[in-house]
Amino acid sequence: MKPEIWHQLGVKDQEFEMIVNILGREPNYVELSMYSVMWSEHCSYKNSKNTLKLFPTENERILLGPGENAGIVDIGDGLAVVFKVESHNHPSAIEPYQGAATGVGGIIRDIFTMGARPVALLNSLRFGPLEDAKIRWLFGGVVSGIAGYGNCIGIPTVGGEVYFDGSYSGNPLVNVMCVGIMDQEKISLGQAKGTGNSVILVGARTGRDGIHGVTFASEELGEESEEKRPAVQVGDPFMEKLLIEACLELIDMGVIVGIQDLGGAGLTCATSEMASRAGTGMEIDISLVPRREEGMLPFEVMISESQERMLLVVEKESEELVKKVFDRWELSATVIGRVTDDKMVRVKEKGEVVAEMPAKSLADEAPVYCPEMKTPSYIEEVCRLTHSKIPEPADPEEVFLKIITSPNIASKEWVYRQYDHMVRTCTVVLPGSDAAVLRIRGTKRGIAVTIDGNGRYAYLDPYLGGITAVAEAARNLVCTGAEPLAVTDCLNFGNPEKPEIFWQFYKAVEGMSKACQEFNTPVVGGNVSFYNETAKGAIFPTPVVGMVGLLEDLDQRCTIDYKEEGDHILLAGQGEPTAGGSEYLSIIHDLLEGCPPEIDLEQEIKFQNFILEAIRAGLVSSAHDLSQGGLAVALAEGCFKNSLGVQVKLSAERDIRWDILLFGEVQSRAVLSIKPDKYIEIMELADKKGVPLKQIGEVKGKDFNLEVTGPEMRKAINLPLEEIIEKWRGAIECMMEL
Amino acid sequence: MKFGVVVFPGSNCDLDSYYMVKDVLKQPVEYLWHRDKDLKGVDCVILPGGFTYGDYLRPGAIAGFSPLVESVKEFAHKGGLVLGICNGFQVLTEAGLLPGALYLNISLQFRCVFTYLKVENNRTPFTNLTEDRALKIPVAHGDGNYYADPETLTELEKNGRIVFRYCNPEGEVTKEANPNGSLDNIAGICNEKGNVLGMMPHPERAGEELLGSDDGKIIFDSILKFWGEN
Repeated sequence: MKPEIWHQLGVKDQEFEMIVNILGREPNYVELSMYSVMWSEHCSYKNSKNTLKLFPTENERILLGPGENAGIVDIGDGLAVVFKVESHNHPSAIEPYQGAATGVGGIIRDIFTMGARPVALLNSLRFGPLEDAKIRWLFGGVVSGIAGYGNCIGIPTVGGEVYFDGSYSGNPLVNVMCVGIMDQEKISLGQAKGTGNSVILVGARTGRDGIHGVTFASEELGEESEEKRPAVQVGDPFMEKLLIEACLELIDMGVIVGIQDLGGAGLTCATSEMASRAGTGMEIDISLVPRREEGMLPFEVMISESQERMLLVVEKESEELVKKVFDRWELSATVIGRVTDDKMVRVKEKGEVVAEMPAKSLADEAPVYCPEMKTPSYIEEVCRLTHSKIPEPADPEEVFLKIITSPNIASKEWVYRQYDHMVRTCTVVLPGSDAAVLRIRGTKRGIAVTIDGNGRYAYLDPYLGGITAVAEAARNLVCTGAEPLAVTDCLNFGNPEKPEIFWQFYKAVEGMSKACQEFNTPVVGGNVSFYNETAKGAIFPTPVVGMVGLLEDLDQRCTIDYKEEGDHILLAGQGEPTAGGSEYLSIIHDLLEGCPPEIDLEQEIKFQNFILEAIRAGLVSSAHDLSQGGLAVALAEGCFKNSLGVQVKLSAERDIRWDILLFGEVQSRAVLSIKPDKYIEIMELADKKGVPLKQIGEVKGKDFNLEVTGPEMRKAINLPLEEIIEKWRGAIECMMEL
Repeated sequence: MKFGVVVFPGSNCDLDSYYMVKDVLKQPVEYLWHRDKDLKGVDCVILPGGFTYGDYLRPGAIAGFSPLVESVKEFAHKGGLVLGICNGFQVLTEAGLLPGALYLNISLQFRCVFTYLKVENNRTPFTNLTEDRALKIPVAHGDGNYYADPETLTELEKNGRIVFRYCNPEGEVTKEANPNGSLDNIAGICNEKGNVLGMMPHPERAGEELLGSDDGKIIFDSILKFWGEN
């Protein structure tokens, strides 16, 4: 075999040698193709595996950690929550609608594979600036792709985040998270147990779509990427809806021995992983695989990423039952092979062996690399920012309006009104709050779900950015009244073979691990997406954290919006606001510099405990953590839903500048509103918990009135709420109509 | 009173209607499978929202031909109560039980938002308990832009068959209140006899205060009241 052949498949020389050693001979083209997809970064995590070991993955609630299709967490009453996030960045970069749609389809399969009913979707999106027409096409396409798939399949898209920054111009990020609820007794695994058991391929027919999709995902985007559009699959949410019903019906009947979805690397991945996990082998005949097109070669069948397919392992006696159930849902179910005891994946075509290799070698024995690390040179430069270097703006109102209408801060209604966020009638806190809350039917409980990341912070300080991504997610849950349980992560980075990029990756994971440890929120699964770069450079390192929390009593939920005129507004927590990495610095001063807000994890935990306890005790009418845009934005966001104005007076005690006080960003702080008669009780609780808490204003009138006074200084924002709401709500829509 | 919720391949609001009847209305309810012809003796058939057969051809187009819809037609002709919600409304127009058609939203986008509905006819079996105020009920659809030819529209107007129009919270029918561009803000219509209602908004999603509104329950309570009196 000529080196060009394996190079073309993205297999390195030393990897080819390894394959020869494993097989004791040169692989044929089918085998080489199978190794190439399974040993791609996307499937094997060969560059990230060692680093990911830093994550804590266990505690008393974790029923199943990383390694299977999704993690499972105990939520009491014999129920469990199952969730995972995955990226579909590269496909979305060249075919936004289908790229995003199939991302949704893929993550949903990961959830129901485990035996769970998918109940919610979230997404975390990053694009370049909307001033660019191509970016608007990408953004619009991704949103409608997510909507097209999620709405049709009937799983509500309840939350998410969208940010725009130049670093994502050529390489948008599309991270999709799915959450499922299940009966703990119904956990099903992707394991091919039981020699002689039948292997059944169900769902859609196999076509040539998505050939080498995982390889495409494991390289940088370039000019020629456009030509890889055929590597993007096409989704059929209707088919997947039927698949969910049929598979869950069978899982419910207890006839499934093992089940796995066909995603990246298609049949190759499903057969080898299922066999490898069970310590068995699998033999299939691909001439039995229902095809979408004629003349497909064996390697094409084996690595096709045609969507909406699942591989089931059942006892021979159950074959008829499986067919009956699938027939009822008008789906095909075809026995294509059986489980063997020789630990080999053997692929035949009409009885003739076309590929044969140890299952474990495909699934678990990809090479593991420890890429080189080097601190990027920009790190030292960006840290040098001091507040005195930032010119002081003249007009606080002008600054405020610019920030509130920045697409990063502005209302995301343009996005979420395209998503069905109410179907299944369990969404109790709708999009637009800190986290979405879903009820769990038949119980008093609810779950809160959120997805968060801040690429700008992670760029300026990946370690701190990693910590704060986890802290922010936990704070968002706590502000809805939920106790954070566990994490799924999507790690979006550039090319790990570049030492500066790998350093960003390592530092971010280190930071996230530290935070997950401190919050006792283990990582139960996730996804690494490398090679997010174009000729113009890498994206911001963007660790995205999906987190699920539990509300023991749904009545104790909390939202961000003020409830009633006359309520007190309090500022909780401590921490010095900083301009470093802030939206303010970016929008007003066009600077990307500084150290992102520091965090003291011990203080943060105290702070979160206080907020949670105050909400549970019924002391709090609304809670909203300070995030991008700082205090001014957090105060304003509470006004929007119920059109309630505020009057807030702040005194700049030390020599802190008014612009930093209002718009600087900070960790461990939140704006609370309370009924006046709860004042003493909440102050006592804060005191007991060691968390600073002070009254700064009240809910009043129809204006947004925020005043800062200091020694010889008085600055004020005094604007009609109606004007702010109109601008905030319409900002993204306006840009999309350019 | 027994309700039946039709399940087509691709229905996805079937369980919402099911739980609305079972948990909120506390009435017996059964699923009706699209391939069966048996309506299991139900007193009211609900055609739920969703994307029947993926709606790849035209919303509701294929479902309109299913065996169960044949039975539903017979049931409706005999005066049985039929409520088509969202995709169910689309199926009813495709099956010829209601006139007109539902086009793509004028925004060309899916819309999931709370809307307000002005009740134009409170004498139907579905609206007899409504009061003189706008109902807060959400929509979630890509094809809710109702159209009928001028003669049909006149006929609908004249006979009180336009049951709901989109309005603002104050009850005024305005262009801004219309989420999909439907003709004259039409959100729901009924047949001549008034026993078949099609509506784009989802009353089953507004059955509990917990979900942001319980105005949808008034529609189900009206059905119960009508049935009790007849």
